[in-house]
Amino acid sequence: MSGDSFTFTIDGVEVTATPGQTIMEAADAAGIYIPRLCDVEGLRHQGGCRVCTVKASGRSAAACTQPAAPDLVVDNETDHLNTMRRHLVEMLFQEGNHLCPVCEASGNCELQAMAYRLEMVEPFRFPGLEPCRPVDASHPDIALDTNRCISCGRCIRASADVDGKGIFGYVGRGIHRRVAVNGSDLAHTDADINDHAVSRQVCPVGCIIRKREGFSIPIGEREYDHGLIGDEGDSE
Amino acid sequence: MSTDRKARIATVSLAGCFGCHMAILDMDERLIDLMARVEFDRSPLNDLKRFTGRCDIGIVEGGCCNEENVHTLQEFRRNCDVLVALGQCAIMGGLPAMRNAIMHSDDPLRDCLDEAYLSSPYTRNLTNTVPNDPVLPLLLDRVYPCSEVVEIDLQIPGCAPSGDIIHDTLIALLDGKFRGFERTELRFD
Ligand code: SF4
Ligand code: SF4
Ligand code: SF4
Ligand code: FES
Repeated sequence: MSGDSFTFTIDGVEVTATPGQTIMEAADAAGIYIPRLCDVEGLRHQGGCRVCTVKASGRSAAACTQPAAPDLVVDNETDHLNTMRRHLVEMLFQEGNHLCPVCEASGNCELQAMAYRLEMVEPFRFPGLEPCRPVDASHPDIALDTNRCISCGRCIRASADVDGKGIFGYVGRGIHRRVAVNGSDLAHTDADINDHAVSRQVCPVGCIIRKREGFSIPIGEREYDHGLIGDEGDSE
Repeated sequence: MSTDRKARIATVSLAGCFGCHMAILDMDERLIDLMARVEFDRSPLNDLKRFTGRCDIGIVEGGCCNEENVHTLQEFRRNCDVLVALGQCAIMGGLPAMRNAIMHSDDPLRDCLDEAYLSSPYTRNLTNTVPNDPVLPLLLDRVYPCSEVVEIDLQIPGCAPSGDIIHDTLIALLDGKFRGFERTELRFD
């Protein structure tokens, strides 16, 4: 820790940060969990999903991109913020086709786990868009079911920055923005099962599917069957 | 809820697989204690086809995929004080709702029926028509979650929900003390 480290508070707890650290990085280092979907360790921040929204001295900010600052007063676990986060998660469910009972990511899915954490159990208040989206199963080892894509961009950053391939990218704008592959289908790209972009930790949902692995761990014994997302301790 | 009479519970399976009713039985021996406090009115568990009186709790499995489901659900709403959607089919359409959108089609219901009765290589259908008997309930354009058809008071998630969450929720409702679920108990699968 460098000499010019400073402190600020998250929900009243004093946290130490160094210049350049985001609120979320400082929180992680202090063992405080801030909910997130588009941010994941090892990839640059995107600030897209807004599930990590906190109040920083009264102003809403994305904790994954907002730099920590001396004496900042951050609210994280408040009813107001968690209600807003729940609405964001609900919109992600309603924008795609999320049929958890038939999804092989169920139990390992960060979106679903976030819905549990944020207690998404009331009837949906937003209309389901039920889009018709294709499944691309052309690749021998990888399939893409974009019905479940939440446009978090994690695969895009992983493929561009870690694999140096640029297989995934955004197309379209606004609500039509979607993730597409750099080729007529996945089989016509350089995608390889050993790419970081198709590793288990990158896609938070059941969109990027590693073929023949989906049910190696049975439902009921999966990652978030053992506890809430964010409460796993330091094992991840 | 008054304690000097048994609470009345009605249940029904709409567009579901009956798994949620099996899950009710997953309460196992706790059913015996529960039965000391409740009696079942209209339900496939006792084969009563009509309501015999007003019920305290109605439990609905499955969403609405046809006209008859809608009528039944509306009848449950009219006859039950607290209406519970049990399981993912009732909550968000579940497996039957796969026909709503994932057919890559502008006319998913038509494509679904064609695939089932006409075009699939595994279909053996001598008449080569889609069943159209007037006694068959008319299919809806899409499968609707219960909450899009009537007001739902409470949703118990899961496919199927565990016997534990059903039991704990019913007991809390009977005691008038339902305060939401434990987050760690929530499952959508
Ligand atoms: S991706 Fe996640 S939320 Fe979507 S259907 Fe699969 S398990 Fe459910
Ligand atoms: S495919 Fe997965 S990782 Fe890529 S944007 Fe969609 S949800 Fe995110
Ligand atoms: S929620 Fe699952 S168990 Fe219940 S009726 Fe639907 S498919 Fe069957
Ligand atoms: S995790 Fe910060 S915006 Fe997505």
